[in-house]
Amino acid sequence: MATTTAAGTDTARIRPSKSTGFLSWVATTDHKRIGILYFWTVLVFFFIGGVESSLIRAQLAQAELSVLTAEIYNQMFTMHGITMVFLVVMPFAAAFFNYLLPLMIGARDVAFPRLNAFSYWFYLFGGIFLYSSFFLGGAPNGSWVGYAPLSTNAVSNMAFYAVGLQILGVSSLASAVNFIVTIVNMRAPGMTFMRMPMFVWMTLTTSFLLLFAVPIIAVALFMLQFDAVFSAQFFQPATGGDPVLYQHLFWLFGHPEVYIMILPAMGIVSEVMPTFSRKPLFGYAAMAFAGAAIGFIGFGVWAHHMFTSAIGPVPRAAFSVATMFIAVPTGIKIFNWVFTMWGGRIRFTTAMLFSVGFVSMFTIGGLSGVMHAIVPHNAQQHDTYFVVAHFHYVLFGGALFGLISGVYYWFPKVTGRLMNEKLGKVHFWTWLFGFNLTFGPMHMSGLLGQPRRTAVLPDELGPTVELYNLLSSLGVIVLIVSASIFLFNLIRSIRRGEASGDDPWDARTIEWMTATPPKHHNFDVIPVVTSRDEFWHRKYAESEQGIPVAVPVGASVDHDADGDAGHIHMPDPSLWPAIHTLGVLPLGYGLVYANWLLIGIGAVWMVTGMFGWIIEPLAEGDDDEPALAGSAAH
Amino acid sequence: MVVRVPTARSGTDLTADREADGVVRKNLAARGSRRTPRRAPRVALFATVALVLAACSGDQSALDPAGPFAQRPQDLIVWVFGIAVVVFVLVQGLILYTSFRYRRREGDDSMPEQVHGNTKLEIVWTLIPAMILAAIAVPTVQLIFEQMDEPDVDYLTVEVIGHRWWFEYYYPDYDIYTANEMAIPVGMPVRLEMTATDLARSPDLGVIHSFWIPRLAGKQDLVPGHTTYLNLQADEPGRYIGQCAEYCGLSHVNMRTRVEAMGMADFEQWVEAQRTPAPIPVAGTLEARGRELFGDLGARQACASCHQVWEGDSPRGPAQGPDLTHLWSREEFAGAIHDLTPENLRAWLANPNAMKPMQYEVNGIGMPNLNLTDDELDALTAYLETLR
Repeated sequence: MATTTAAGTDTARIRPSKSTGFLSWVATTDHKRIGILYFWTVLVFFFIGGVESSLIRAQLAQAELSVLTAEIYNQMFTMHGITMVFLVVMPFAAAFFNYLLPLMIGARDVAFPRLNAFSYWFYLFGGIFLYSSFFLGGAPNGSWVGYAPLSTNAVSNMAFYAVGLQILGVSSLASAVNFIVTIVNMRAPGMTFMRMPMFVWMTLTTSFLLLFAVPIIAVALFMLQFDAVFSAQFFQPATGGDPVLYQHLFWLFGHPEVYIMILPAMGIVSEVMPTFSRKPLFGYAAMAFAGAAIGFIGFGVWAHHMFTSAIGPVPRAAFSVATMFIAVPTGIKIFNWVFTMWGGRIRFTTAMLFSVGFVSMFTIGGLSGVMHAIVPHNAQQHDTYFVVAHFHYVLFGGALFGLISGVYYWFPKVTGRLMNEKLGKVHFWTWLFGFNLTFGPMHMSGLLGQPRRTAVLPDELGPTVELYNLLSSLGVIVLIVSASIFLFNLIRSIRRGEASGDDPWDARTIEWMTATPPKHHNFDVIPVVTSRDEFWHRKYAESEQGIPVAVPVGASVDHDADGDAGHIHMPDPSLWPAIHTLGVLPLGYGLVYANWLLIGIGAVWMVTGMFGWIIEPLAEGDDDEPALAGSAAH
Repeated sequence: MVVRVPTARSGTDLTADREADGVVRKNLAARGSRRTPRRAPRVALFATVALVLAACSGDQSALDPAGPFAQRPQDLIVWVFGIAVVVFVLVQGLILYTSFRYRRREGDDSMPEQVHGNTKLEIVWTLIPAMILAAIAVPTVQLIFEQMDEPDVDYLTVEVIGHRWWFEYYYPDYDIYTANEMAIPVGMPVRLEMTATDLARSPDLGVIHSFWIPRLAGKQDLVPGHTTYLNLQADEPGRYIGQCAEYCGLSHVNMRTRVEAMGMADFEQWVEAQRTPAPIPVAGTLEARGRELFGDLGARQACASCHQVWEGDSPRGPAQGPDLTHLWSREEFAGAIHDLTPENLRAWLANPNAMKPMQYEVNGIGMPNLNLTDDELDALTAYLETLR
């Protein structure tokens, strides 16, 4: 029974109500705030991952250096890979999914707001858990793929890897479910699938990829952890286990994973390019279909990471052919982007520069990828710096360029200010130059015989390889300068950037219709959607020649309506996701050290958190619990 | 003969060669200004190609094949790379052209036609890449099988076992064990039968390695519990270098290997030498003392517990550490990262973990520091030098 006396009693049953202050961020269920939390956390991990790569490049700047010991070096490249994949690129995409998805489909939040918060906290705690390993005997050093049996050996510290990635996997899986349900169920009236922004299509495809891929690595990691900590024999050949099983399970996840990392950036580019070309996305249906095809075929090419492993010629041939054919839908997308630009009136804002850079650099990475599909030569390229060059071109030149483009593009909507364009252009050109200087030479050093994951640059590879390595290391210095410019621009623009207004870019999709920054409830009135690029069609009608003509009566921005949104029901904030997820820390450490007390504490904590979550009432009360007098209903 | 340069007259081409008395006088002044712009691109192209070709060679270069199993993949990839270059030029060219041609000019507020797509074009750029890839797929699949099948001529079999952090080689035809350096005859295919050690073989639980000598063949993983195969062949005599190419832990970068290709006569000589038992030093010499210590170091772990020196009185067998019967027939040691000299070997015996990170105390892998005294070091080094 609820009491109606002073607000101090029965506080556990009242939802947090403050909208400012530290606790309001801990209790937030607002997708926009969660997106912002992801963004800043990503920047911190990006900095850390950058430090790791800088140390690596310092060690390899010349032959036979001893800047780092072999042990530390091996931890550096392992953590660099884990950080950039799981703690930077994937959550960076999540930041965009979180902030933009409801706005783009005309919803007020995601389907499961507390689960959304849960995903963020699990990400944060998973990252902290992984990094605590540095202070607890050493970080994982078995490489980001963690091949068994090496990773089941205690010296690899890979128990932190197995448990840490498990935590991050749960975070991603929860997000995937959340976004799929949101997109399927919560689109604005009139917004059919074929009228959704392309970014939403990519979100949907990525979420399905996560849904099917993450459970596979969960299985692999369970088996790895049990081999490492509890003496299971899944991957131990002496007792009938098989190391190749790990590789299959890992790459069945690992290959869809790389598409999980690139599709969001492709979605961003598909939003940025039409806006700044002033034309619709070329070949919308093909783009949606190609994205889905990439995702689907992506589940059928995993063993192309295993061409030199213990598999015979028949699977090698099959996966070679399958891999070549992924180039077809990828090529469709490249051409569609270029032809979006063709015939337009292109404005080269920083956001547009990064999107064009994406198309250009990703093409290079894609072409070296096709070369990898040629199995007999893959045997020369695999496990060398040629591969390192390839995946940095698609992940850095591709995914990162796309994500940064998104930052410059949506920054005004999130903050109400513009980022400085001059600094942005300096950032772009130095970033492009530094990136190519760092990773371009790696194609050659790999083909000249430099394997990857080597703690030292061997003298015997010769002076040419040494020169290429030096160039790569110098490139990192340019990148550091470039990143600093970006960070400076970001912070300064947040504080005193020029005011942007609601629609600074004359954009096409409905998130630009909201107030700037969007109000807590997003739209005063949920728009009724009658076409693709709904916002554009409210601003412009098309003449017979297909030339847009401004609609005289602006039916554009949403919040012209008197901002009386007093009766819109929004998801209440809640501390339970943060409380519940915090229990994963004792649970995780317990699993690493096979400490049953810690496992017990963590399990009980998390179950208690789950119950708190389930039974907490709505702030405005429900059938069993009428609202407490004075509790905020907003 | 004086060449008169024509004075300026309208309509006269001052740069032209003049014809006079049936002889064409070359206009040398104009030569410089007219020739250079045309010559420069050609010179630059030649220099680039020369630089690229020079830059492609290297002892561990995959772009410098020395045998058919490296040559054939290169022949295939050159085609694919060529197509990739064409696509690269096409796409980047399109991007650059579009960026320049369709950039918004200052003051231009006109709107472009809202083109949504072009079905014909989209079909073309779906089908053409698919057809190109299908064409590439055929020779690729053929070559996959060709590279992996057993050679249909006589070949030499060598077994390769990956350890942390060295390669063990066993010649089943000759019952020879060696480490890190493999001798092969020129012009004959060699089929490697490969695996990695595991707990069934030795206390090392075993990890995945990869054998890679780029000039002779692509790489192939050594997986515990599996037997994998790799064909290679050297068409010229020489010393070919390579290294482990699958991350195998702390000293992954220190696991290197060499293939010494030699004429058949030399190879047969090598085989004979390797099949000879190790000599037993004359009693009372420093070398004999070394041999004693090799077999017994008192409380400390004896060398012989991991390393075999075959003296002919018992069958040869695999051991946990590299076979040392003919150590001094090799040029490098410790995973082929150090030249085999008495000084280097002595330093190694004094403190192996300082010359190659192995963290034996932590891992139990690699070679322990046996805390040998100077006298012991002298004796052991002298003994090992007799193992030729």
